[in-house]
Amino acid sequence: MTARLSLRGVTRRFGPVAALDGVTLHVAPGEFLALLGGSGSGKSTLLRVIAGFEAPDSGTVQLDGADLFGVPPHRRPVNMMFQSYALFPHMSVAANIAYGLKREGLPRAEITARVAQAIAMLRLEGMETRKPHALSGGQRQRVALARALVKRPRLLLLDEPLGALDANLRERTGFELRAIQRESGAAFVMVTHDQAEALALADRVAVMDRGRIVQAGPPREVYDRPSTRFIATFLGAANVLEGTRTEDGALDCPGAGCTLRAEAPLPEEAAAVALRPERIRLAPEPGENTAVGTVEESAFRGDSSLLLVRMQGGATLRVSHAEEDGAPPPRGATVRLAWDRDDVVPLLP
Amino acid sequence: MTPRLVRVLLWAGLAFLWLPVALLVAYAFSASPVPFRWGGFSLRWFAALAANDRLLEAAWLSLRIAAGSATLATLLGGALGWVLARHGPFNGRALLGTLAGTPLVLPEVVTGLSLLLLFVALEGATGWPAGRGALTVLLAHATLGTAYAAVVIQSRLATRDRDLEEAAQDLGATPAAAFATVTLPLMAPALAAGWLLAFTLSLDDVVLASFTSGPSGTTLPVALFSMLRLGMTPEVNALATLLLVAAALTLALVGLLLRRRD
Amino acid sequence: MKALLRLVPGLWLTLLVAAPLALVAVLALSWQADGVPPYEPPWAGQGLNPDNLRLLLEDPHYRDSLLQSLVVAALTGGLCLLLAAPMGIGIARAGRWRNVLLAAVLLPFWTGFLIRIGAWIGLLRDEGWINAVLRALGLTQDPIPLLYTDGAMLLGMVHAYLPFAVLPIFAAATRLDPALEEAAADLGATPGHSFLTVTLPQLLPALAAAFLLVFIPAAGEYVIPELLGPPDATLVGRVVFQEFFQNRDWPVASALALALLALLTGPILLYQRLGRAG
Repeated sequence: MTARLSLRGVTRRFGPVAALDGVTLHVAPGEFLALLGGSGSGKSTLLRVIAGFEAPDSGTVQLDGADLFGVPPHRRPVNMMFQSYALFPHMSVAANIAYGLKREGLPRAEITARVAQAIAMLRLEGMETRKPHALSGGQRQRVALARALVKRPRLLLLDEPLGALDANLRERTGFELRAIQRESGAAFVMVTHDQAEALALADRVAVMDRGRIVQAGPPREVYDRPSTRFIATFLGAANVLEGTRTEDGALDCPGAGCTLRAEAPLPEEAAAVALRPERIRLAPEPGENTAVGTVEESAFRGDSSLLLVRMQGGATLRVSHAEEDGAPPPRGATVRLAWDRDDVVPLLP
Repeated sequence: MTPRLVRVLLWAGLAFLWLPVALLVAYAFSASPVPFRWGGFSLRWFAALAANDRLLEAAWLSLRIAAGSATLATLLGGALGWVLARHGPFNGRALLGTLAGTPLVLPEVVTGLSLLLLFVALEGATGWPAGRGALTVLLAHATLGTAYAAVVIQSRLATRDRDLEEAAQDLGATPAAAFATVTLPLMAPALAAGWLLAFTLSLDDVVLASFTSGPSGTTLPVALFSMLRLGMTPEVNALATLLLVAAALTLALVGLLLRRRD
Repeated sequence: MKALLRLVPGLWLTLLVAAPLALVAVLALSWQADGVPPYEPPWAGQGLNPDNLRLLLEDPHYRDSLLQSLVVAALTGGLCLLLAAPMGIGIARAGRWRNVLLAAVLLPFWTGFLIRIGAWIGLLRDEGWINAVLRALGLTQDPIPLLYTDGAMLLGMVHAYLPFAVLPIFAAATRLDPALEEAAADLGATPGHSFLTVTLPQLLPALAAAFLLVFIPAAGEYVIPELLGPPDATLVGRVVFQEFFQNRDWPVASALALALLALLTGPILLYQRLGRAG
């Protein structure tokens, strides 16, 4: 199966800064990909390169195998939902949605039918004649989505689609976005800085840092097996433990006062491992992959408590203690922490 | 400053601004030949005004110069505002911005004198413009108006609108179609406001016109100025009242246009 | 298209802004001559003429006109600030009346300043409204001369330029966070004290901009001194007109314009810096 979108070695420089540095990425038809990164990671530039607003200095962008080099934005079968929504303030909701179809020169009857369909799909009935300034944030977001989707793009680009919504609306709109993506069958590429959003919505997450894609994979894999220290701390704030690799492939970590052993021997160059707070449990017995520390702080979080445990070697570990496992140990208690080999994730420098 | 003091001074300031104007309008309807003396209600000074060919001619000339210079200023200022807001960095951008801003800060006498020197030197070198008159006043006013129109238009071309143009292109509009269907409608109120500002500046100018007009180019403000030098007449009251009404209507129009934009 | 958009306004501004200013500088170094036009440029044979600029420094008539203009402009700016500060702040805090009050300040600005000066002439004349009121109240027998005095001139200048000063102060005052004054009050400051220590410091750039916005054009003002001021108020704008139109001494008029511009360069640059910061 050919990829819907293929980027190969895409580089874009602004002066001395490489906003994109050799990005290679493939998106399958119907796939929902999230580009996750902090500000300045290059994710928005990548979106603008795909849409045609920025030309790459080198590398290729292909859509269904056809090179998009030199194709201006208005001739690309790709549509974008802008972070600001970019709704035309002088046009009604219906005129905004019809705008792109009119540019295609479709017959009026077809435009009317497709606009009505888009309005029904995004539950905008009754809003047709309103101007954008008379809409709520959530309604604007849906108009922007309708306006891009009504063109039936092969690929839809979304720039922080939930960024302008308040927290209440985000979760619901996120589910709606997912449903619409399945219904439309288009491939979605979404840019976000919010890791929870990326993990929840996407089929695949590509983490970007300083113009490069540092890891791409299904959300669970990227979360469970971060490949670098950057991803481990950016996604879900894992504990990063440093040490020296022993000859048999474990990590001797003086800060935690123990030796951490993974399922397989650590790679030669690994000098740190990640350990998720929720994978650490309290253990009655000493043994492999256990260490002792003192509870310094404890914060109740509803379904769990977050403990800060000062280890004997001086390092502090974040430990998530589930409520169903009973009351958490009090401040000042000495605890023995344990984890499985499977949860020790080697990090590359 | 306490809120009460602020309020008192605010009303005092407004009274200071308005009282002379209000009295001026009120006494325009006085029959007395002495200005600012009440002699019973009368429209005789408006009638006298209507019979004053010299003033009417000057008013007609001023209107034509104002309309022409405002149109030129809007075209040039529109291009300038666009270039400064949208073209990003380019060679000479700083110079262009400085030149565009210069007429805004130059004292009028300096602008007027410099333009007259230019027209005289140009005529000496090329024979054009032949003498000074309506054309040279129009060029002078268009230059000043361009600077003001450019500021109005540049500040209206916010970065948000750039997203809108990209959105239009993303939805299949060619750059020209995006300009016609999105950019131009959004710019229209700013263009109109720029035009009106340039128009008003032209209608209000004495100094530039004094320098750049010859004997043939007496505009309304220049005529009014020479009347005022000799003192006040009730005819001036009547003329001022008419101009005031025109200005109020203009401002209301600008307000409406700008409100429609938001 | 892109190049054309830059080229046309660029050429226009070069021809009608840059070139004329360069000509003023050339004229300031030229020789007065009988003829049309009444000057001889430095390249006509006599070389550069330093006398015009020297005259400005040596002849008290010219020197004082420049100084007097700066003093009058500074006074106008100061008086405008005194009124414009409470007005700008008051309008910014006027809630739903804000736009109406702002229009009330701006409308006189759009009515044409000649008309407003005409109104002052009518009010200040010996037989004018103010003297009539004073006489009716029995405060004076003979009319007090009000018109053609320094006071009348300042009054007219403040009246003409006040709206310019209100705008930047209003704009800055609308951006003030009302919570800051509440915080000051919460920490024990009286209204007066919180104005001086919290509000005023935040408005300083806007006050400076407002002052300069009045000061810069007022320094070259010609019409108001001519119509309201005493004959001996020889401000530089008036002297430029006299030299140019009556004495037909274009080089000296240009030298005066150049000197005025030089004196205003500092304030202009400062104003532009304040504008960018605000």
